[in-house]
Amino acid sequence: MLELRGITKSYGGRRVLDDVTFNVAPGRLTGFVGGNGAGKTTTMRIVLGVLADDGGSVSLDGTPLTAADRRRFGYMPEERGLYPKMKVLEQIVYLARLHGFSKADATAEATAILEQLGLGERLGDNVETLSLGNQQRAQIAAALVHDPKVLILDEPFSGLDPLAVDVVASVLQERASRGTAVLFSSHQLDVVERLCDDLAIIAGGTIRAAGPRDALREQHSTRRYELVSSADTGWLRGEQGVTIIDFDGGYALFDVDSDATAQRVLRQAVTLGDVASFSPQHPTLAQIFKEVIQ
Amino acid sequence: MSTATRNSNASANRTPTRAPNELGSVWLVAEREIGSKLRSKAFIISTAILFAIALAGILFAGFASKDVSGTPVAAAGAVATELEGVAGLEITPVADRAAAEALVASGDVDAAVVADASSPVGYVVIADSSAPTSLLLTLAQVPPVELLNPAETDAGLRYLVAIGFGVVFLMAASLFGSTIAQSVVEEKQTRVVEILISAIPARSLLAGKVIGNTVLAMGQILGLAAIAIIGLTVTGQTALLQGLGTPIVWFAVFFLFGFILLASLFAAAAAMVSRQEDIGSTTMPLTMLVMAPYMLVILFNDNALVMSIMSYVPFSAPVGMPMRLFLGEAQWWEPLLSLVILLVTCVAAIWVGAKIYENSLLRMGARVKLGEALRG
Repeated sequence: MLELRGITKSYGGRRVLDDVTFNVAPGRLTGFVGGNGAGKTTTMRIVLGVLADDGGSVSLDGTPLTAADRRRFGYMPEERGLYPKMKVLEQIVYLARLHGFSKADATAEATAILEQLGLGERLGDNVETLSLGNQQRAQIAAALVHDPKVLILDEPFSGLDPLAVDVVASVLQERASRGTAVLFSSHQLDVVERLCDDLAIIAGGTIRAAGPRDALREQHSTRRYELVSSADTGWLRGEQGVTIIDFDGGYALFDVDSDATAQRVLRQAVTLGDVASFSPQHPTLAQIFKEVIQ
Repeated sequence: MSTATRNSNASANRTPTRAPNELGSVWLVAEREIGSKLRSKAFIISTAILFAIALAGILFAGFASKDVSGTPVAAAGAVATELEGVAGLEITPVADRAAAEALVASGDVDAAVVADASSPVGYVVIADSSAPTSLLLTLAQVPPVELLNPAETDAGLRYLVAIGFGVVFLMAASLFGSTIAQSVVEEKQTRVVEILISAIPARSLLAGKVIGNTVLAMGQILGLAAIAIIGLTVTGQTALLQGLGTPIVWFAVFFLFGFILLASLFAAAAAMVSRQEDIGSTTMPLTMLVMAPYMLVILFNDNALVMSIMSYVPFSAPVGMPMRLFLGEAQWWEPLLSLVILLVTCVAAIWVGAKIYENSLLRMGARVKLGEALRG
């Protein structure tokens, strides 16, 4: 378990991180969501030791992070970059060796990960000759090649086409299923929502919400239901404890004051017509995000 | 996904085998630095040209000095037999003064020596527009000379050796100084630096770069030294070799530490900018420092005071001290003292350089101010 506790950071008197606290659990994908300048990149850089914090602590499995621990971290910075004039395989081998792999193991690992990411044909090509999407894949290989215990990815999906998004998403899920703790930031809330197990939402340098995705949804759900019926749903307006949000003939979206009211409405609906759908509405990540950052 | 399964099986058996070790990563960085340079055609070609010029220069000097063909001189009558066998003269016997004048006029000989009763020495030298000095010196009665302060080296040779040390230092230091600067900015400009320093400490990265480029620069210096020594031996210039051998070895030692000093500063200066185009703005003072010893040694190689100062100032000692050793002006302990001063400066430069480097690496965009880079 990677634990961030009360991290603070200021640049020239301007506080950019204030008491940042959340966990990244092994075997789970943690989505890190926030607007531009909210403090995502700064937080990640502090976790990696690339930047020094002003206060707080980062620990792994209960002990403060050491340089040796950080060697088992994989990082994909927001500012992408590899040596343009170095061959793809050579480059990934070099990075694996910097993380402590022997030359033979580094070569085997680098070849395997590049093949998995669909770059098997381009191993001997210079990085600068690859398309942007392929450069991005090489970048992901650079973060994954040393089989990191903790993966930190800053906007791994930006600049990827939908197919590549799926490739990368499946690689991340596969890593998590093998016990890697994965933290990734993204602007694409739909991707985060689909992928992640846990969430941390940051705004203005403070964590506004953190925890399992489903628990957050639960917490932010408002007992909202959607009803689709063959009969007109106008009768709902007269029901006690019901607030209509949207209404159109046989369709209605409404909030109820209690679970009992919801059940009463469902029974009533069944007696009045054929009910095609009656379902509780969970807030989307985008809705939760807007709510908590205010 | 079959590849995924294969990969995960493979990874299960492979964890980093070596304990994370700072020396290991320093060497890896140095190795990459050397490898990428050795694969650059421009570097290989320019090094080959440099070696070829050095070899050609030494061979030319050797053959020129071995040129034993004497001054062609015509001689008439008894004088011819007298001059026969005098070193440095190539005698063409002629019948009389008219024949000798004809040969001089046609340019077949540089001068002619003919008997002449009116001359106090019994003969005259006939030449076209000026008489060859070597011939006159051979014929002249030169009084023996005793010098109270003999100059141990003649001015021409002193100048040539000064240029030699000056040029080699200037070329190697500026070539590899700018190489390390470009390599630092390349990593910043391509942003790969952030991945690198997430894997290894910034100071390991800096150390690897400095060591890699020092190895390359020393390789070039040692190559040139080998060419000089072999070339001087082959062409039989053993006297010069005896005089130059020790200074060349000292030059290599001083260059080693002098270059580490410069390389650390070049790396630090380059880390303060984010684009190749801006390198000049921060490395300019260093370029001047590299040029200074060259200019000073050429202008002041006969000025003992300037040379003494140069041989102790860390930035010019690699040129100044070998020069003084060559001229025989330095005591045995002087290179050692100067080397200690250089080493201390070198450690200080690495310390300051590493601080600037670490503090500037992640600052993209505008040039980092020196004060900020030092404070962090």
